[in-house]
Amino acid sequence: MTRDEALFEFCLRMGDSTLVLGHRVSEWCGHAPVLEEDIALANTALDLIGQTQLWLGLAGEVEGKGRDADQLAFLRDAWDFRNLLLTEVPNGDFGRTLMRQFLFDAWHSVYLARLLKSSDKRIADIAEKASKEVAYHLERSADTVVALGDGTEESHQRMEAALAYLWPYVGEMFAGDAVDAAMAEAGIAPDPAGLREEYDALVGRVLAEATLEMPESRFAHKGGRNGAMHTEHLGHILTQMQWLQRAYPGASW
Amino acid sequence: MKNEWPLWEVFIRGQHGMSHRHVGSLHAPDAEMAIKNARDVYTRRNEGVSIWVVEARHIAASSPSDKGPLYEPSESKVYRHPTFFDIPDEVGAM
Repeated sequence: MTRDEALFEFCLRMGDSTLVLGHRVSEWCGHAPVLEEDIALANTALDLIGQTQLWLGLAGEVEGKGRDADQLAFLRDAWDFRNLLLTEVPNGDFGRTLMRQFLFDAWHSVYLARLLKSSDKRIADIAEKASKEVAYHLERSADTVVALGDGTEESHQRMEAALAYLWPYVGEMFAGDAVDAAMAEAGIAPDPAGLREEYDALVGRVLAEATLEMPESRFAHKGGRNGAMHTEHLGHILTQMQWLQRAYPGASW
Repeated sequence: MKNEWPLWEVFIRGQHGMSHRHVGSLHAPDAEMAIKNARDVYTRRNEGVSIWVVEARHIAASSPSDKGPLYEPSESKVYRHPTFFDIPDEVGAM
């Protein structure tokens, strides 16, 4: 694997995670429990799709085969996607959606903070723009996790169930491989394993405030960010997301 | 409706605006969330640099039925409008 091949993989991992989560969150549009949350979720989804354009745009540039962000997003099949499994699991109820958002936002903010110091200026620039958006995402999702966790008996139970369902998808964020090693060596991106402590401290603080217990298990579903095996849910997302470009190739407005 | 979030009135100061202007209202469980919701609902298109929220129940309003005694007396007093002066162009917008 050359350095550019590793860099291409790295950009796909970032862009595919923001793309798939952005799509998932956009599924709430018109369905959120209150209007204000509906708009807030749509804003988050749009931020993530905007970040996707930057990451996949850079991926196409690094690859050098003339593919742009749209082609990478809409014309690859499930096995070519490199998103975290966490981002593709179904929304569930509102509480589970926000718990997933929080678990992702916490990782995203910790990771982007390191990417600000990337030796590759293109990556540092994307991180600079994204980190402001993500700081707000994190503030909002953390607040909601606290409000629902430390809310009514029912909301507490739902958040407990959400955490139990989602926790096994957290470990994948910190499982490094050869791509990560190449990025770390080049000073482009951090070794993910080194971020776990900071992540656990941040997540632990919010969960404690939410009166939720942080699970001890380190069991982790893996296979999203290295493309080895996605969940069965990704294909369903792609049929929705890609059908227009598949049915009408090259369509634009 | 005990389970409804209270109503908040939202005031936003625009980039070039001099004072906060009322832009609308929204529901939120507390002041902090009201500001976040206002950020998401009313500043999506770069409208503002400062947000105020106030719970609607804290706003005291004049009563529509008092319209006559409150406002009609001023209708006949045109001399209160500063339209009888020539304002030099150099003064600019007032």
